[in-house]
Parts: sequence; structure tokens; C-alpha cells
Amino acid sequence: MSRYVARRLGFLILTVILTSIVIFGVVQVLPGDVARVILGREAGQAAIEHLRDELGLNLPVPVRYLNWITAFLRGAWGDSFSLRIPVLPLVARRLQNSLILAAVALGISVPLSVGLGVLAGLRQDSLLDNAVSIGSLALVGLPEFVTGLVLIQVFALGLGLLPASSSLAGGSGLSEIVPQLILPALTATLVLLGYLARLTRAQVIEESGKPYVRTAALKGLPRRAVVLRHILRNALLPTVTIVAISFGWLLSGLIVVEAVFNYPGLGSLLVFAVSRRDLPVIQAIGMLAVVGYALANLSADLLYAALNPRIRLE
Amino acid sequence: MTPGPSHIPLLEVESLTVAYAGAGRLLDAVREVSLIIHEGETYGLVGESGSGKTTLALSVMRYLPRSAVIRQGRILLGGSDLLALDAKAMRTIWGQQIAFVPQDPYSSLNPSMRIGEQLSEAIRADGIDRRAARERALDLLADVHLPDPPLIAESYPHQISGGMRQRVLIAMAVSREPKLLVMDEPTTGLDTTTQATILDLIRDLIRKRRTSVLYVSHNLGVVAQVCDRVAVLYAGELLEDAPAVRLYARPLHPYTQGLLDSVPRLGQNKRRISLRAVAGRPPSPGDTRSGCVFMARCPLAIELCKEAPALIQADKGHDTRCHRWKEIESGSADPRQPARAKAGRVQSPVTGPEVLALLDVEVHYPIRRSLADMVSRRARQVRAVNGVSLSIRRGLALGLVGESGSGKTTLATAIMGLVERTGGEMRLLGKLLPSRIARRDAATLARMQMIFQDVDESFVPTMSIAEIVRRPLIRLGGSRADEASPKVIGLLEAVHLPPEYADRLPVQLSGGERQRVAIARALASKPDLLVADEPVSSLDVSVQASVLNLLNDIQAERDSGLIFISHDLAVIGYISDVVAVIYLGRLMQVAPADEVFDPPYHPYTEALLSAIPLIDPKGLQERIRLEGDTPSPVEIPSGCPFHTRCPRFLGEVCVTVDPPEQRTASGGLIRCHIPLDALQEAQRRVFHFSFPVEGSD
Repeated sequence: MSRYVARRLGFLILTVILTSIVIFGVVQVLPGDVARVILGREAGQAAIEHLRDELGLNLPVPVRYLNWITAFLRGAWGDSFSLRIPVLPLVARRLQNSLILAAVALGISVPLSVGLGVLAGLRQDSLLDNAVSIGSLALVGLPEFVTGLVLIQVFALGLGLLPASSSLAGGSGLSEIVPQLILPALTATLVLLGYLARLTRAQVIEESGKPYVRTAALKGLPRRAVVLRHILRNALLPTVTIVAISFGWLLSGLIVVEAVFNYPGLGSLLVFAVSRRDLPVIQAIGMLAVVGYALANLSADLLYAALNPRIRLE
Repeated sequence: MTPGPSHIPLLEVESLTVAYAGAGRLLDAVREVSLIIHEGETYGLVGESGSGKTTLALSVMRYLPRSAVIRQGRILLGGSDLLALDAKAMRTIWGQQIAFVPQDPYSSLNPSMRIGEQLSEAIRADGIDRRAARERALDLLADVHLPDPPLIAESYPHQISGGMRQRVLIAMAVSREPKLLVMDEPTTGLDTTTQATILDLIRDLIRKRRTSVLYVSHNLGVVAQVCDRVAVLYAGELLEDAPAVRLYARPLHPYTQGLLDSVPRLGQNKRRISLRAVAGRPPSPGDTRSGCVFMARCPLAIELCKEAPALIQADKGHDTRCHRWKEIESGSADPRQPARAKAGRVQSPVTGPEVLALLDVEVHYPIRRSLADMVSRRARQVRAVNGVSLSIRRGLALGLVGESGSGKTTLATAIMGLVERTGGEMRLLGKLLPSRIARRDAATLARMQMIFQDVDESFVPTMSIAEIVRRPLIRLGGSRADEASPKVIGLLEAVHLPPEYADRLPVQLSGGERQRVAIARALASKPDLLVADEPVSSLDVSVQASVLNLLNDIQAERDSGLIFISHDLAVIGYISDVVAVIYLGRLMQVAPADEVFDPPYHPYTEALLSAIPLIDPKGLQERIRLEGDTPSPVEIPSGCPFHTRCPRFLGEVCVTVDPPEQRTASGGLIRCHIPLDALQEAQRRVFHFSFPVEGSD
């Protein structure tokens, strides 16, 4: 097992290094001169050259990569070009907001979708199953900006129950924050819900038809034991990994949701940074997304290995 | 024998009809079947695929798929009707009154639960506490002769072999002392030597516990070895039902007779006998039927057979569903197909021009398990074929027999160039044969052709039969496109398929017909060598014989060499001129076909022959059983590879020294440390039929 963990960790580090090169490279090849972007069209050539020196933009590319990555690892993420404030605290605050939103979305969608999927799968072709199947298919097809706008239309503009914007402005008390979280979290939930419910349902149906389930039933076990100990134990294996992976997906996938609700998370910051060509911020968010995704994948793999004896012993 | 079955009925199936919903109507899978299993009786149900035997078994379990409908009938267990019970009530029957042993040990255990847990959860259903259940589980594992029960209990299913898993499933089934066991092909898919030990176990358990058994199988030998009474199912109908000894000795239904005739007995060879195949193809469930279900294939069919016959009691305890059973019994009508002329010339197996020569052929391939292995190049090797030398001669068939993991298929694919050989050389008609198929020219490819095991997977499903056969005609056979079509028809005729089959697709053909197309395709380039890898293993018993006879005729006619690979020593013994026995990639014995069934044997051959269930309930067989499973070809034992399981193990010399190749008088070969005369003295003929078997001595 420890060899397995070590191997997976090795892969993770390799992945992060390779993608960091890609992130660095992409930012390098983006057209346009950063110094000119910062200083504006009217700046003189001398001022631009000076700034290029200051920013280290005149050094050879490999040196710049090494400088950047070592500084990054030390926590020196530099200053935002456009906001002129340190990147680290800015990104950290936004990350925290995004994590809260992601956690709430997962907290609602996972139990709900797995529960619905299991019920639908166990009662294949029942009314409940048909409802879940059709509903989840519709949700999978709807992009989050549509569901988000529909929710705003109904709950904020129509019924006036919840705020349409979730900018977290004005107070940080729980009573102010929670209402603002509901609609964006619900939007993210609905996106995941369809996918997870369908996956769970399919897994439950597939496992239920396997010969070992027949063996278990024909032992004379109560239905509950057959479902819990035999069907779900195997059917939920892939679901567990999908949940872990979707956490990584949520981090970057919240971009649209955050934009729709004007929610101050990493996603909206990224949109802002890209429009301003704010390289340090883009790189920092890019790296965070890579590490987050890689960690989510790693935990998915480890969780799967821990739950699946056929992998555990290798 | 222990006291036979009692006369108290335990299970009574009365006029049961089960159908499946399909294509907008109900198709009967089981039709008006009635049977009685008495207390302590082992009742065999024999049938080919599609006969409805599994449907019948699952009906008794009340565990049919959702698409199945029980249209009529009653299933009484100890007098009370199981069909009246709901799912909840059945849970008190399952395990406790009736238990099930499934066919596939690989998928029938929960992959993520320890064996001990799976076993004890069944016991705990009776309200026994956790500790006591664990103890009981360990006892049960010991009862089914599993070594080291505590270790097995802690294992997951994937960590133990198929044979061991089947023992666990049997332990699970008997754990709550049920009155009736339903066994659905419990040894199918296991190696012959493993099957023999499982059958021993089943016999012992049911005798000791006096349990009644419904034993479902397609294998006439297995049923003969375990069952007191045997019923034959065909197209959902029970055609004959009799005490086992009677059924095998004096069958009163033409189909039963046909089945018994179409499997070669151990010791029968094509030189002395031709198998009598059952004509035609088995009916499919959608076929409309009236009259006798077997009429279309029956050699005795007359006008009267258009009226469906009833199951008639011919003798006490012997029922048959045939209008003409009296004539069959008196001998005035013979349901057996006319015996065919035996295959042509008898040629000495060691003479004749050589088609293919193998010299010390070796096939090893690396397995890389991790990145670290890849970097250090410390790859371990699967040593699939190790130093095989053989000679295949024109007009003769070499039978290669071995269990799974013996390397027989790897050797065949290496001959065809589909896997690379790593040592030795091969010569085709005296010319060195390049290792890889890519380096062989078209003329070489044309000279050797292969027939594959899996008839369902070896064709492109969208190509018509004509296209399938035409391609090699043009590519390898040198035919021009315009002259190919008549040749396609000619080839179809050669394999006894009507010309109108040319336009059909593979799915429209039965398994046996598809294998004929595979043979026609292989013949298109007029090869000098045919390699057939388990060509009849996936076919039903009643069609196997006709494919075997066809291969036999074609090979004799065309004077080509044939390598016939199988795990079934009776089939190999029948079709071959020379038999080669392979174990862990080494030839243990090579012998002319008429010698391989008599001592001296290689100890492995001896064990194999003893493990084959004789198609004769009163036949006698030496009981030689192999311990454990075939070792992995990654870790081949030193010295003689068979020494870890050899029942005639000598000692140190077998572990350290590679055994010598001893030559027999007829030019055969036995690779063993025991001198031939000592083997001859120690061994007796391993098997004897209770009745004279046609064509054997």
C-alpha cells in the first residue's frame, strides 16, 4: 500500500511540474507586451524598458521559469499587475470563498444525488426511476448559466426570497452570508446532481445483475443486507471517485456560476485577471487549479484503492 | 454404494411452463415439464444450450429474470407450493431449504468481501452469534477440503483459484443444511483435473448429508458420474427420464441416443470408428413448433410424429417422449445415424512428408508491473512455451492437449506468427519460417491457416459469408475476382453448407454453421497446414461430432497437416494420429493416438485420464487426483515442472534435474525420471467402460 501511495505521489508531482511549465509557457507566448499593458499606450519606450528589467522580462526563458517557480514555492507570488497589491492574500481570500461554495454544493448534491440514484437503480422502471432518469437527463443538458438565471428569475426577482447578487458585500455575519450562498450553491448542485444520480443509478443496476448478488440473495439474506453489504459496497466505488474528482472540477468549474452571481471567488477573479492580462494572478490561479485537481484525483485514487481489495494488495 | 434414494418425494415439478417476453410475444423456454426428486436423490438434467435447463433450475429457485413468466404449473417442495410464496417468504426457503451452487465461480462471490464474512453472514441468518458463525465457517471450509481455512477466510475471492472459489460456493450452499441443492453446471469452466476433485467433493458431501440434488449440466460424463437419475431436456421439453444406469445403457429416445453417440469415448479413434452426428441444427426459441420437437432432426421421424408425443412410461421409472420407443426397445428401429465409412487410409504416424517442424521452440514474454520495473528492466517473464520440438506430417493430425495455462494456444499463435517466438526454429516444408507474420510472404501465409476457438468473435459481423470466404481466395489463393464466386460456393459445399448461405450474415447462422464457415475460410488458400484451436469447445454436444467428422474428412481428402488443440483428451484421442500432452509449456508425452490410452503413461497423462468423467455410470476408473493448481508460468518449478503435483514423485532428482526424454518402441516420447519399464509395471490402464465401446479395444 505504501508503495502504491508513493507511486501515486510521484505521478502527482510530475504532473504538477509539467503543467507548471505549460502554464508558464502559455503566459509567455500570449501576444502583447506586459509592460505596455501595465503602463498603457502612451508610455515611452524608456519607461517600458525599465519596467521590463524590473519585472525580469528580459532574462532568458528557462531562468525566468526557475525564478518564477522557486519564488512561487516560497510563497512569493508577486504583486498583481493591475491591482498593485500582493497576489497571495488576494487569491487566498478568493480561494476561501470558492471552497465554501464548493463545499456547500457538494454537501447538498452528493447525498441527494447518490440517494436518488440508489433508489432509482433499485426500483428500475418504477415511477420514481423514470422521474429521476428524465429529471437528471434534463439537468445534465442544461448549462449552469441557464439554471442560474432561471433560479434568479424565480427566487430573487419573482418571489423576492433571496438576493440576486451574491457579492458578499455588506457585513460578514452568518445571517448575511448564508442567503447569498443559497442560489449559487443550488446552481452548482443542480449541475452535479444530474451527473451523479445517473452514474449511481447505472452502477446500481449493473451490480444488481451480477452473479454474486444472486448468490447473496439465494443465501436467504434479508433484502437490506443484500443491498447494503453486496450491491452498494460495489456500486458506490466509482461514485466515490467521481465525487472526489468533481471537487477538483468544481474549483475551476465554478467560473460561470460565480460570474452569474457576481460571487467573489477564484473564478470571477480569473475572469477579471484574464481581461487585464494580469499574469501573476493568472499564473497563481492556474497553479492552484492544477494542484487542486491533482489532489482531488489523488484522493480519488487512494480512496478507490482503500475501498477496493483488488487494488489494495498490489 | 451407500443406500440409494428413498421413495419420499421432496421436489415435485408439475407441468411447468416458463416463457420469456420477447419480440412482442411470449416464447416458451420450458414447456410442461414434470419431474420428481426423491429424498437423497441426485437428479441430473442434461441439455444443450437453449434447452431450458437453467430456466428450469432458476424456476425451482424462484429466481427468474424479470422478463420470465411462469405460465402454468406447480413446484412443490415437501408438499407445499413454492409458486404461492412471495419474495419475503422465499427468503426463509433460500439457503435453509433449497440452496444454489452457481456456474461461474469467478463472478459469483462478492469481490470486495472476505471469504469468511461471505460464508458466515449466511450462517448468521439463523440467529447464530458472530463468533460461533466464524467457527462454523472455518469448519465448513475444512469440510470442503480447503487447505488452511483461517487463511482462506481472511482472503478476498480474487486471491484464490477458481477451483477453490467453487469449493467456497459449495461450502456456502451446504452451510445451513438445506434439503435440496440446485447445482447449475458447477464444474463448467474448471480444468479437468480440478473438475475431478470438485466432483469427488460433491459426491462425498451429498452421500454424507443425504441431500437431494438437482444437477444441471451439458456434460454427459459429469452427469453419469454424479447422478442417480437423469432427464434429458431438449427445446424446453423433457424427452427422457430414467435411472442413470438405464439411460446410458439403453436410451429409448432417438435424441438421447444421438447425444451419447456424438461424443467420443476415451480410447476411441477415428481409424476404428466414425462419430455418428445428430443431423441439423438445434431449434431456436422463436421457432414455431407442432408435433415432436425433435422431429426435424430425428432419423426415425414418420408421419405420426407430426402429433406431439406424450411422456410415456416405457418401463418402471423410465419415461420417454417418443412414438416409436417400443420399436427402439425391441431393436426393430435403430435411431442411430448410419455409421459413416471410416476415414481413409491408415498411415503410420511417423512417416509421410513433413509439413511443419518445430525445434526447441520457446515463447517468453515480459510482464512489466511498475514504472520501477520498466526503468530497471527487471521485467519478469511469462515462460509460456519452453523447448517444444514436434513434427507435423502430411495427412496426419497432431493433437495437442493441455489444461489452461499449459501454453497450447500460445504455441499455436507462435506457429501462425501472431506472437513472436523467442527461441528455437520452425520450418514449413523445409524452409525456415520467420518468427513474425509481418515478415512472412503471401505464399507462406497461404500455406498455413488457423481456425479459432471463438466462433462468435472471429468474423466481421457486417461481412456476408461470401465476402468472408472470398477474401482469402483472392488475397492468398490467387483467384481473380470474377472466378472467386463459384469457388466460394464450392468451398461452402465442401463444408456441407447450402449455397444460399453465401448471402447471409454470421449472426444468422448457428454456432456449428459458423465454425463450418471458419473451416471454409481456412481452406480457401489450399493450405498445407491447418491449425485448429479448440474448434469444437464452444459448440453444443450434438453438433460437435459433425464438425469433427468434417475436419477429419477434409484433412484426409486434402492431405494437409493438422494441429488440433483441445483440453479434452477424449476429443484429442479421437481426431489425432499423434497426441502431444503439454504442461507448463513443455511436452510431457508424445504418443501415437492408439498408445496414449495404455501404460506406460507419463504420470501427468495418467492423472488427466483418471480425471475425465467417463460417459458410463458403471465405468471403472483409477482415482488419481492432483493436488493444488497448475503453477504460474512466471514461476515454473525447477527440474521437472510437474514435480510439485506429481503423484509418482521420486524425490530430489525430480526437483533438481531436468527429466530425460525416454523413447518408446513406437517412437513416442515420455519425459520422466521413472524408467519406462518401471512405469509400465506400476501402472494399469486407468479406465474401463462397463460395456464394450464401439471402435475401442
